[in-house]
Amino acid sequence: MIMRLWPLLAFVLISPTVQAMQLVHSERSLYRQVLIYEDQGTRCLCFTRNCAIGRQSCIELAQPQKLVFGYTHMMLGSLYLTPRPENVLIIGLGGGSLPQALSGMLPRTVIDVVEIDPAVVKVARQYFHFSPGPRTRVFEEDGRTYVKRALRQGRSYDLIMLDAYDHEYIPEHLLTREFLQEVRQLLKPGGVVAANTFSSSRLYDNESVTYRAVFGTFYNLRYGNRIILARNGPLPSLDSIRQASTSFAAPFATLGFAADEFLALFTTAVDWNEKARVLTDQYSPANLLNSAR
Amino acid sequence: MYRVMLYLVAGWSGCFVMAVELLGGRLLAPYFGSSIYVWGAIIAIFMLALSLGYLIGGRWSLSSPGLRRLGGILMTAALTTVPLVLGADAALDWLSGRVSDPRMGSLLGSAMLFFVPTVVSGMVSPYAVRLLVADRHNSGDNAGKLYFVSTFGSAAGTLLTSFYLVLYFEVNQILWSMIGISLLIGAAALLVGTDKES
Repeated sequence: MIMRLWPLLAFVLISPTVQAMQLVHSERSLYRQVLIYEDQGTRCLCFTRNCAIGRQSCIELAQPQKLVFGYTHMMLGSLYLTPRPENVLIIGLGGGSLPQALSGMLPRTVIDVVEIDPAVVKVARQYFHFSPGPRTRVFEEDGRTYVKRALRQGRSYDLIMLDAYDHEYIPEHLLTREFLQEVRQLLKPGGVVAANTFSSSRLYDNESVTYRAVFGTFYNLRYGNRIILARNGPLPSLDSIRQASTSFAAPFATLGFAADEFLALFTTAVDWNEKARVLTDQYSPANLLNSAR
Repeated sequence: MYRVMLYLVAGWSGCFVMAVELLGGRLLAPYFGSSIYVWGAIIAIFMLALSLGYLIGGRWSLSSPGLRRLGGILMTAALTTVPLVLGADAALDWLSGRVSDPRMGSLLGSAMLFFVPTVVSGMVSPYAVRLLVADRHNSGDNAGKLYFVSTFGSAAGTLLTSFYLVLYFEVNQILWSMIGISLLIGAAALLVGTDKES
């Protein structure tokens, strides 16, 4: 999960509060440092000491059901394309705010969550009120191997959420044409993929043409982060999205945001270099490209 | 010329091994992920294969050693890498369908793909030491120089591949080029080795 990066300004503005942040928990997992900070009633999961730019997930302790990050609101905008998913796959748990919100809203929906880092699953339960219900399953493994096995077992999903990147690192085998083809095969006809990713770097072009190559036209929402909403089948019109959003006014209000908050951001406009190279299992220098701003 | 050729073969072989090892991670990732144990499996298989290669290379140097044979070892290592380039995806797809544990899977997958070429690559260093050493007095000095060249080559191959080559080329393009260069250097060793054998 990526936090917005207003590079210098944000740092200057936030740094006084960084001083006041209390470290609540710290552990070294197989993959990274897992840190939990609290500050003025907000508790955040970080993978870096510089928590101001690397917050993965936050909750307000007084209202833990509220979705603090704007990107999670946009991710739930995927429901405007598939309003009543029977089953959902989420790759990348973080603090568990997305599966928690979804299972609260859609109690009959089966939710499968894949998280590579057991320590993240543990702290999500202990510190972020992630309490998977009877219809939520958590798989501790690599997202790609899960997808391949799910395909072999003939599973399929109405909605797949890709949220496996942190504030700087991309698992490169989760951003290739072959991976997205596997994700598309795992979608039912009309199923939707929602990806939380980076908005500003050389990678933007490569990522865009790679999604384009697999899904064709997709909705692109940019507000700090970038959210890609693509469908296994033709995209619904903006009108029908606006229409669908109205039925989410009440549940989204419970989660702390307005259903029309980001409607204006939906666009299919091409704002990338279409000649950029498609990322494949053979060519996937995603992190080298992402560090080239 | 003879010594230059020896060092070139040893240095390039070091570079080749590390490039294949790094790209091996790329080949395994779609099937077994890129977790720490996938890298553990790859590194373990490479170390095991190299250790056996050292034994075999040292033993083989006992009977009529020569630069031509060293060139042959380099070319054999390159040629045994060809099946990996052609069949890695099919082999790993097959394997990952049968072995669900990613630790065992990546260990078996690495063994299947990398074991044979890396054993052969491991033969290069001890064999080259035998060709360099004229007497007991300077044997340590010669071995030290050879390890320097070979391990320096490894460092160069690692950095070149992970920082630059993957940014411009596909995995298989890099592997084919590496195989081609090995065959060229091996062929050069065959030529240089004709007139003078120690």
